[in-house]
Amino acid sequence: MDFATYHELQRFYSAYAECVDHGDLDDWPEFFLDQCVYRVQARENFDRGFPLAVLSLESKGMLKDRVYGVKETLFHDPYYQRHIVSAPLVHGTSGDLIVSEANYVVVRTKPGKPSEVYNAGRYLDRIQQTPDGLRFAQRICVYDSELIPNSMVYPI
Amino acid sequence: MSHPNDKSQHKWPEGVFHRVPYWAYTDEDLYRRELDRMFYSNHWCYVGLEAEIPEPGNFKRTNIGERSVIMVRDDSGDVNVVENVCAHRGVAFCRAQHGTAKDFVCPYHQWSYDLKGNLQGVPFLRGVKQDGKVNGGMPKDFKKDQHNLNRLKVAVRNGVVFASFDHDVEPFEDFLGPDVLAYFDRVFDGRKLTILGYSRQRIPGNWKLMQENIKDPYHPGLLHTWFITFGLWRADQRSQMVMDDHGRHACMISRRNDGGASDVTKGVSSFKENMTLNDPSFLDVKEEAWWNGPTAVMMTLFPSVIIQQQVNSLSTRHIQPVDRDNFDFVWTHFGFEDDDEAMTQRRLRQSNLFGPAGFVSADDGEVIEFSQQGFYQRPEHSTVVAMGGHDIANTDHMVTETLIRGMYRYWQKIMEDE
Ligand SMILES: [Fe+2]
Repeated sequence: MDFATYHELQRFYSAYAECVDHGDLDDWPEFFLDQCVYRVQARENFDRGFPLAVLSLESKGMLKDRVYGVKETLFHDPYYQRHIVSAPLVHGTSGDLIVSEANYVVVRTKPGKPSEVYNAGRYLDRIQQTPDGLRFAQRICVYDSELIPNSMVYPI
Repeated sequence: MSHPNDKSQHKWPEGVFHRVPYWAYTDEDLYRRELDRMFYSNHWCYVGLEAEIPEPGNFKRTNIGERSVIMVRDDSGDVNVVENVCAHRGVAFCRAQHGTAKDFVCPYHQWSYDLKGNLQGVPFLRGVKQDGKVNGGMPKDFKKDQHNLNRLKVAVRNGVVFASFDHDVEPFEDFLGPDVLAYFDRVFDGRKLTILGYSRQRIPGNWKLMQENIKDPYHPGLLHTWFITFGLWRADQRSQMVMDDHGRHACMISRRNDGGASDVTKGVSSFKENMTLNDPSFLDVKEEAWWNGPTAVMMTLFPSVIIQQQVNSLSTRHIQPVDRDNFDFVWTHFGFEDDDEAMTQRRLRQSNLFGPAGFVSADDGEVIEFSQQGFYQRPEHSTVVAMGGHDIANTDHMVTETLIRGMYRYWQKIMEDE
């Protein structure tokens, strides 16, 4: 991979984190192809080959439905989240597809409360180079955290 | 019977079950007594599914109340449940969440146990020979069979494993009672189960609040906006509330209607008409023959587990108290061995509605947290569970809190029993 492409990939990871941390949630599905996989999956399920994930979305339409559900129907304590994402490790490319992963930590802050480590894991990504820029064909968030502190509302 | 945890001075108001004092959720002595009288005696507690340990040697570590136990299949195929405490020095020796073992060996002094919990090996039992004499060894009165692991009584019904520390507990079928047992057997009729995976969350609230949440048909059409928006739950859908004779276990049984606006949804401020999904696969529901009518049956088996059938999504939800203010909530999603690939995918897609991130579950954990916070602010106050009146009886509608009243009548009897 040439440096320009790697730089673009790094920018893409950073832009995603910015979007889910304090951007407009409606922009989140636009990081994905129409046909895509987005999953937030416990490491025990991933390692043991169990298909269950706390979120398992299979199209941009489902991502949009998730955004609607979060914004309009899910009642929850307000919180900020802050993603710290490592530099991506590129496993390879084939044609326009980049296969990469990165570690992440999400810190959660509720009003009037100290910040806490909320979720730690890694992204397993398949990223398509398109005329409009990079798009996820797959983003699977495999998290180590054995317990979710009550609930998970915003995308990881 | 006298108990070590009888220090609480609180007394339940005689015969009043439509008010629950906040101290029932916040008093440390009462919490300890709940563990003793509900989780550690007189009740069957959920441990897991046989499908989690299909082969001899397979084990799973889990909790009953705050106590760590191991569910393990032995060489004869029997399911055993033993307490995860070495008889020698108390080491909680099993650290893996699951695995396969020929025996259990405590790492500290390598005492070993067979898969039924019988003590097998004690290093240097007969001492160590040195310079023609034997040093050490266990005394003559040491009997290996007096130092087994603590074995629990086990009940396996149609693939579901329950256990009790109390060997005098009534038979499992009597514990559920005939009406609740019938709904249990509706889901678990002996078909082989397949495990789809786990979700684990820690909810900062007293454990009883989760039992109450699934005994409360008043809230889903109000809190769970997603449900009503997309037509999965409405206060006027046909439903039944069924309890066992004690009022401790319950089933919320319902049939969904077609959704959309009605007189019922008009009063719900958050309801939005004409919402459609971008991708309808969340709601790709396929009726299954075994439902036999109801589209959703939520069972609360007191004190430890909820059994969920919400259209095609199935799970057990295991309540594991951590302290009086927190419990771990462990979801095991499952299907049946004869499910085709499309049905498995359907169950998985619908699982987006449930669990720690679920459209109609994440908010349950949130409101439980806020209730627990409120209880500490006004310790002299009590909750109101008077919807549908003061009586405790099965109903054929969901505009009622009768199941919660039933649970507290039972709770008060058990807790204040001398
Ligand atoms: Fe609920």
